[in-house]
Amino acid sequence: MKVLAAMSGGVDSAVAAARAVDAGHEVVGVHLALSRNSGTLRTGSRGCCTIEDSMDAQRVSALLGIKYFVWDFSERFKSEVVDDFINEYEAGRTPNPCMRCNERIKFAALLEKALALGFDAVCTGHYATIEEHDGNLELHRSPATAKDQSYVLGVLTTEQLKHALFPIGAESDKADIRKEAEARGLAVAQKPDSYDICFIPDGDTQGWLGEKLQEQPGDIVDRNGNKIATHTGTHNFTVGQRKGLAIEAPAKDGKPRYVLEIKPAQRQIIVGPQAALAIKELGGQKFTWCGAAPKNPEIPFEAEVQVRAHAEPVKCIAQLENNELKVITHEPILGVAPGQTAVIYLGTRVLGQFTIDRTVSAVAPSEDE
Amino acid sequence: MTIYLDHAATTAIYPVVAERLVEDLQKLGNPSSIHTAGQTARGMLEGAREDLARVVNCDRQEVIFTSGGTESDNLAIKGLYWESINHNPDKNIIISAYTEHHAVIDPIEWLEKYQGAKVHWLKVDERGVVDLDELEQFVKDNQDKIALITLMWSNNETGVLTDLRRVVEIAKANNIPVHTDAVAAFGHTDVNFFPGLTAMSLSAHKVGGPVGVGALIVSRNAKLTSLQQGGGQERDIRGGTMNAPGARAFASAARMSQTKLSTEGWARHELLNHLTTGVTRAIPSARFSRGSAPGVPDLAHFTFPGCSGDSMLYLLDQHNIAVSTGSACTAGVARASHVLIAMGRTQEEATGTLRISIGRDTTKTEIDEFLKVLPEVHAAALKAGLTA
Repeated sequence: MKVLAAMSGGVDSAVAAARAVDAGHEVVGVHLALSRNSGTLRTGSRGCCTIEDSMDAQRVSALLGIKYFVWDFSERFKSEVVDDFINEYEAGRTPNPCMRCNERIKFAALLEKALALGFDAVCTGHYATIEEHDGNLELHRSPATAKDQSYVLGVLTTEQLKHALFPIGAESDKADIRKEAEARGLAVAQKPDSYDICFIPDGDTQGWLGEKLQEQPGDIVDRNGNKIATHTGTHNFTVGQRKGLAIEAPAKDGKPRYVLEIKPAQRQIIVGPQAALAIKELGGQKFTWCGAAPKNPEIPFEAEVQVRAHAEPVKCIAQLENNELKVITHEPILGVAPGQTAVIYLGTRVLGQFTIDRTVSAVAPSEDE
Repeated sequence: MTIYLDHAATTAIYPVVAERLVEDLQKLGNPSSIHTAGQTARGMLEGAREDLARVVNCDRQEVIFTSGGTESDNLAIKGLYWESINHNPDKNIIISAYTEHHAVIDPIEWLEKYQGAKVHWLKVDERGVVDLDELEQFVKDNQDKIALITLMWSNNETGVLTDLRRVVEIAKANNIPVHTDAVAAFGHTDVNFFPGLTAMSLSAHKVGGPVGVGALIVSRNAKLTSLQQGGGQERDIRGGTMNAPGARAFASAARMSQTKLSTEGWARHELLNHLTTGVTRAIPSARFSRGSAPGVPDLAHFTFPGCSGDSMLYLLDQHNIAVSTGSACTAGVARASHVLIAMGRTQEEATGTLRISIGRDTTKTEIDEFLKVLPEVHAAALKAGLTA
């Protein structure tokens, strides 16, 4: 196959490309330029789009004996990922930009371009596996539990799975990937992992958003609508947040208060006890099936749901009802915010995903909050 | 075999120059030393200086050897600017155009940011020709405040020529120094240090010499503040141990490329005609960027609407054909060309560009091979679209 290896400059994509070469594919390395004003050098483990990263990817390509190009996706990335991120926050939701990037850049813009230029597949260093069962392609969790990235790949459709290659996806230990990189003489072997949002290099999401969004002062209220403080902008808050609320009057029960809900239109932050963060039902109308769709999704079925990249999956009943994919969890779950993605699993298989636009709290408001 | 059509980026060193360079590099002696070995090295350096002076028609004292075009541009622009404001702090305007090479734009913007320079960027028409009527008017209105004018001899992306004689005429009446970046023009059109020019940047590797050698020709009447202190080896303008073998290699390559240009310039022009006719016939939507404006005879730049330059570059590379998107590259990232943007093209148009530059050994067969694969490459790139 003619394989386009997407190379971030990190160790995972480097080893993935190396394995694609070993497998006998005709491989070309591509680094995606996603920022218009990349920094020169990496700072710590933050970001992944500096010129140093691009040079690292180029050096790996040279050692692997493959051709290397840099493709500029910065316009697309800005409109599809960065602006989306800002708009979502502005609307009081908490988006996952890595997921958007997979959905709209790596496995859309890049894949389309690759196919048009004669490639058969795009190879990345993601930790997840693609398996074939009864002629259908399925996406599964990686055995490397700590590194599993099936959550952020939950947006992939059958057509995208057909052209995706994850050569290190079945690896159970990241340390082995580093060892392999070392053995192959790749200088990126000990390069730190990147954790943060790549376009916010200093990791200060709130500060970054503050520069992009205007201050819109409003009220902090309890679940009964009583004003207890003011704030300078709803973008400064995320659901589940406890610190930085600047509430002087203590709650009646003396316990700390948490952000439960963000209402940008009313400029309101709704706070309450931690127990009220617990969610038992979530739903969303924007959903996709990963691989083949289930036969009768209208009939409630047992599944697991995961709401963040590294959250524990939770047992639930899932159902497609009135064009909404919804789940009712067996146990209440914490830290769920509209805008996040819920990925539905059947065992290790990713069945599909939806963007959460509705949640139902497990605890009703009480008089004494 | 690779068909190399990117000679404007760098071109092959002349084999005889390379052989001589390898020999010279093994000779002992610092040109500043007093003993015989030093004197021999000095002889090599000064011989090179005389040779290069002859090629560009200047005095040998006017040749300052540098590490290349970028250093020459920095030295000229900063050196002339500092000299100007040292005498009169109000003479702090730099005039240039945004179609210049980054080696000119960046030092100007640096002076603007850190040294209080004021900059006037001249208008450029859709062919890339700088508006000299505007220059004339601006000079009239601001004659006592201008530190220098810097305009390139020919553009490195589009090949368009600047009417430097007229620039010098305009500047002369007001005693304004004129610098020209002739790196892209040298070896491709008749470049000489004609009276009225203050400084001119040159680079060796664009004319068949080695990388890492260049020169700034500085008029003997001109003064400029040095960038690099440490011995003042080159006319007190540039410190640092002199690279005698490199200088000799540069001078030889310059002479050879000048001879080639005078004997084969017309043939290159014919080849370029063949190329441009072929491209516009194969792809009617393609646009020859400099249009009817005069340009160098061996460089063609096109925009291909709806295509991204990096798709075309990749596909041509698959056919072993090396061209350039013609845009500024930072760590290999193809960006929309600032030159095309300055010429009034949209971001989208400026993304779909190719620069094809012919070298001294390029054959018609090679051009034909390029023309043969172009329709297929263009169709695939069109399909890949402007995703990037």
